[in-house]
Amino acid sequence: MIQMEYYLIVSTIMMFAGIYGFFTRRNLLAMLISVELILNSVDINFVVFNRFLFPGQLEGFFFSLFAIGISAAETAVAIAIIINIYRNMRNIQVKNLDKMKW
Amino acid sequence: MEYTILILLLPFLSFILIGLLGTRLKPAAAGAFGTIVTGIVAILSYWTAFSYFGAGRDASGVFPTLIPWNTVWLPFNGSLHIDLGILLDPISVMMLIVISTVSLMVHIYSFGYMKGERGFQRYYAFLSLFTMSMLGLVLATNIFQMYIFWELVGVSSYLLIGFYYTKKEAIAASKKAFIVTRFADLGFLIGILIYGFYTGTFSFTPDAPALGAAKALLPLALGLMFIGGAGKSAMFPLHIWLPDAMEGPTPVSALIHAATMVVAGVYLVARMFPLFIGYAPEVLHVTAYVGAFTALYAAVVACVQSDIKRVLAFSTISQIGFMIVALGVCTSADPHEGGLGYMASMFHLFTHAMFKALLFLGAGCIIHAVHSNEMSAMGGLRKYMPVTHITFLVACLAIAGIWPLSGFFSKDEILAACFDFSPVMGWVMTFIAGLTAFYMFRLYWCIFWGKENTELHAEHRPHEAPLTMTIPLIFLAVVTLFAGWIPFGEFISSNGQAYHIHIDWNVATVSLCVAAAGIALATWMYMREDRKVADGLATKFSGLHKAAYHRFYIDEIYQFITHRIIFACISTPVAWFDRHVVDGFFNMLATVTGKVSWGIRRMQSGYVQRYGIWFLGGALGLTVILLLI
Amino acid sequence: MNILSLFPAIPAAMMLGLWLSRNIRQIHAVMVTGSSLLLAFAIYLVFAYLGMRADGQTAEMLLTDSHIWYAPLNIHYAVGVDGISVAMLLLSAIIVFTGTFASWKMTDGTKEFFLWFCLLSVGVFGFFISLDLFTMFMFYEVALIPMYLLIGVWGTGRKEYSAMKLTLMLMGGSALILIGILGIYFGSGATTMNIMEIAQLHNIPLSMQRIWFPIVFIGFGVLGALFPFHTWSPDGHASAPTAVSMLHAGVLMKLGGYGCFRIAIYLLPDAAQELSWIFIILTTISVVYGAFSACVQTDLKYINAYSSVSHCGLVLFAILMLNTTAATGAVLQMLSHGLMTALFFALIGMIYGRTHTRDIRELSGLMKIMPFLSVCYVIAGLANLGLPGLSGFVAEMTIFNGAFMVHDTFHRVVTIIACTSIVITAVYILRLIGKILYGTCTNPEHLKLTDATWDERLAVIVLIVAIAGLGLSPLWMSGMISDSIVPIVSHILN
Repeated sequence: MIQMEYYLIVSTIMMFAGIYGFFTRRNLLAMLISVELILNSVDINFVVFNRFLFPGQLEGFFFSLFAIGISAAETAVAIAIIINIYRNMRNIQVKNLDKMKW
Repeated sequence: MEYTILILLLPFLSFILIGLLGTRLKPAAAGAFGTIVTGIVAILSYWTAFSYFGAGRDASGVFPTLIPWNTVWLPFNGSLHIDLGILLDPISVMMLIVISTVSLMVHIYSFGYMKGERGFQRYYAFLSLFTMSMLGLVLATNIFQMYIFWELVGVSSYLLIGFYYTKKEAIAASKKAFIVTRFADLGFLIGILIYGFYTGTFSFTPDAPALGAAKALLPLALGLMFIGGAGKSAMFPLHIWLPDAMEGPTPVSALIHAATMVVAGVYLVARMFPLFIGYAPEVLHVTAYVGAFTALYAAVVACVQSDIKRVLAFSTISQIGFMIVALGVCTSADPHEGGLGYMASMFHLFTHAMFKALLFLGAGCIIHAVHSNEMSAMGGLRKYMPVTHITFLVACLAIAGIWPLSGFFSKDEILAACFDFSPVMGWVMTFIAGLTAFYMFRLYWCIFWGKENTELHAEHRPHEAPLTMTIPLIFLAVVTLFAGWIPFGEFISSNGQAYHIHIDWNVATVSLCVAAAGIALATWMYMREDRKVADGLATKFSGLHKAAYHRFYIDEIYQFITHRIIFACISTPVAWFDRHVVDGFFNMLATVTGKVSWGIRRMQSGYVQRYGIWFLGGALGLTVILLLI
Repeated sequence: MNILSLFPAIPAAMMLGLWLSRNIRQIHAVMVTGSSLLLAFAIYLVFAYLGMRADGQTAEMLLTDSHIWYAPLNIHYAVGVDGISVAMLLLSAIIVFTGTFASWKMTDGTKEFFLWFCLLSVGVFGFFISLDLFTMFMFYEVALIPMYLLIGVWGTGRKEYSAMKLTLMLMGGSALILIGILGIYFGSGATTMNIMEIAQLHNIPLSMQRIWFPIVFIGFGVLGALFPFHTWSPDGHASAPTAVSMLHAGVLMKLGGYGCFRIAIYLLPDAAQELSWIFIILTTISVVYGAFSACVQTDLKYINAYSSVSHCGLVLFAILMLNTTAATGAVLQMLSHGLMTALFFALIGMIYGRTHTRDIRELSGLMKIMPFLSVCYVIAGLANLGLPGLSGFVAEMTIFNGAFMVHDTFHRVVTIIACTSIVITAVYILRLIGKILYGTCTNPEHLKLTDATWDERLAVIVLIVAIAGLGLSPLWMSGMISDSIVPIVSHILN
């Protein structure tokens, strides 16, 4: 049987890959993808912990389902914003988006 | 005697009415209204005096003090309150006569003198205000009422000195007069505060236990009050405003700065006399020394002034010095035992008011005729202005103290009182009396005799003043001629008992001789046209002459103190301190806050990724800390 | 509904009316109706109050009413008046009335200006009728905030700077007040916010009073121009438009004195007795320092602002003497200074509106050109330097007499120092009058100027009548005030 640690290693790698991507990418879409990675790694964690630590219960599964749903909504909103930004500025590079700054 | 309230109310109403109607009233109507009101006030005053003295003495042989009106105006606490009312006693009734007479004369005289002036209505309104305030001052039932009207006469004086408000000198003079007297009034006020607190009342006659309790501080309170009196009465070194006050119209100088307001200080000391004598005789003697020094100083300065009104102003200061000395040399309340000075002082106040008003009004006629204050523009005026000449001569003789004019009698009593006090004081005052005779006759000869300024007189011929101006002169001259025969001691004396004046012929002879010597010297020096001796002396002692002409530089000292010290060394630094240190501190607070904000603002870059790094760093840091713990 | 609530309600209704007004005539109609109503009502209140006292109603506060509006903190809308508040309400009504006429000729943003002006009045009136600490504080804030916009938008000169400075400093003060109020509330056991009830409880421990007293006193002192927190006043007054200067110096600065007395001293009496000496020193400095500073200013409004520092210093000075006479004098001085300074600012505004300069070096000989305004200016000056017959004298003499009744050397010395201010006041007032009114006019442009118009005359005359009325027969006003002060002072002293 695959042990819990393996799942966790994968999710940790996903998590840090996401964080690394969020910090280093200068493109909004890439940043959004990185955020999705982080979220998904958390989802995995929830499922794994539920499966291995509390096998009789379902809260973890439900929670990750909710998280997936919310992240989908969030992605939709984020992409809508990004598209609007692109329409207005023809650009989605973070450093160029200072029009509304102070 | 309830009708006495009208004496105060009528001039007040006249002030309000003329003041409010202003130029909507014809000048003549305003003048007539003011004059008629003053006339009524004068009649009421005479009637009051007549019925007051006519009612006779009470069982203890004094004229009773009447208070026909008294109402609480402003309460402070249980026992302390400012009352407004009317107090009739011999000196206040005497002052009533003086003020209303001189005021009426000035009202009539001003018709001629101020004719055609801009602001004729304003002038009469202010005259009414002054008359009201001065009457209120002398009729005061308590020291605080006196202070109220004291301030009001100060402000009327300010307004009237500055009547020609487009003239620089007049503005400066009015300001100076007000501020100097205000400064002195500070002393008066503090004196009143001490007096009120320790005796528990503002009335002039606190009851005995209160006085006993206040014994230790009464001299201080009375001394401080005297500072106020010294300011109004132009005692050295607070005299500097009076000569400048001559910038006002001449009738005003006659009324305010010669006959009435400037003697308020004397009146104050006389009013507080029982307390002075009983609890602070040393302070009283100090006032005598101040008065004597002032009299001497002013007499010396008067000898060399060239402006006719300034000579008269210094002469006024000197004569007020006489009155203060007379009060100050009293050693007891009994006129037979060293209290003679009180009566003498009041007597001199009375006679001086008449002849000094006469002198000023005469000077007004002269100025009216030659359009200048300088004596150099005058000379030889006797042929042009006979009435003025004669009345002026009467006044000069009176002030010099020649028998049988009024000045002789009052001055003689003063000198007698001084000799009683100490021979030194007596001789000093006699010498000053001689100086008085000298400078007055210097003035007289220079104006009416001497070399005529023909150039100026050819331009516009001097002429006798109109009837409205000469009638007051004649009236006052008549009073001056006969006032000496009034048995003054019968009405007023230091303890209220009748005192029969008897002339001390030893003193009288000396003073007459000295006065005659003064007159003779003046005649010798100034009667002739060339004035060789006078000019010779002036060049010989040019340093002294110059110093005296510049009034011994007292004004310059004040100028220095006010401008160099108060303005330059206090106000300017204070204002600078306020703008730069106090305000600077708050501005610095704001600046520092702003700087700090700009500093931390760099952290709010707006880059989500940078926030993310901070967030991650913080989370890791917390984890590490938690793990370590 | 309590009739006192009409005081803040009328300006609020005026705001509604202004909002609906379409043109300048309607705006003026609303303002005149409203402010006349306020004035009439204030006068009526004086008589009603005196009548109730004459009928033997001896409660400390009359016409009281209380409605809870935030139960967890016991915050009530509690109102009531005693002689002090009645006097202050009358003052405020007079100034709002005259302020309306003094800004008659305003052209830019009249509607908005008057809207904010009314909001300010709501705060002022609400403050004086409140008996609840928090409600009072709330009205206090309502009175402060509009000031920022009124100065910042309609002001002159460095208006943004001044508005910012004034608002920030006063806000700093109100932060202190808030802390102090909470301190008092919790210190007294957190049962009531009502001033009278807290005073009755009288249970704040001395160690806490020592902390809250300076905080509250300084908090209100900022508005009362306490040295060294007065520096907002010269700049603020100089930049503010006429009516705002009038209301601010005339009424708002009185909020400071009133608050110091009603809250700091009344609720924290033991600390007040213990620590008053510190503030007496500060206020003495205010009195003399303001007067000296005024001597060398060249801007008319700065002169008056420093003069206000000096006179308001005298208010706080008198309050701290902790006796009936001095406190009566303090309230009289608030009244008198409010009227005088409003008159001054009104006249300065009128002169400035004509000459477009406030620099006294550029003005001279105005007496010939605009006699009415000049004569009124002289009257205002004379009132300021304490001429008997005008209000300043009454107030100052009551204060000095009261201060002199505290007989120890320290109080004596500071009283005498404070007395010297009357001389210095004479110096700067006469210097001012001599420079700008007397003399001959040097600027040919000024020769063409005209004298006051009817609206200006009305404003000025109302103020002068009030000043002279108070000065000529002070008895009723002083009696009304001191009757209310007696219980307060006796409460403070034991």
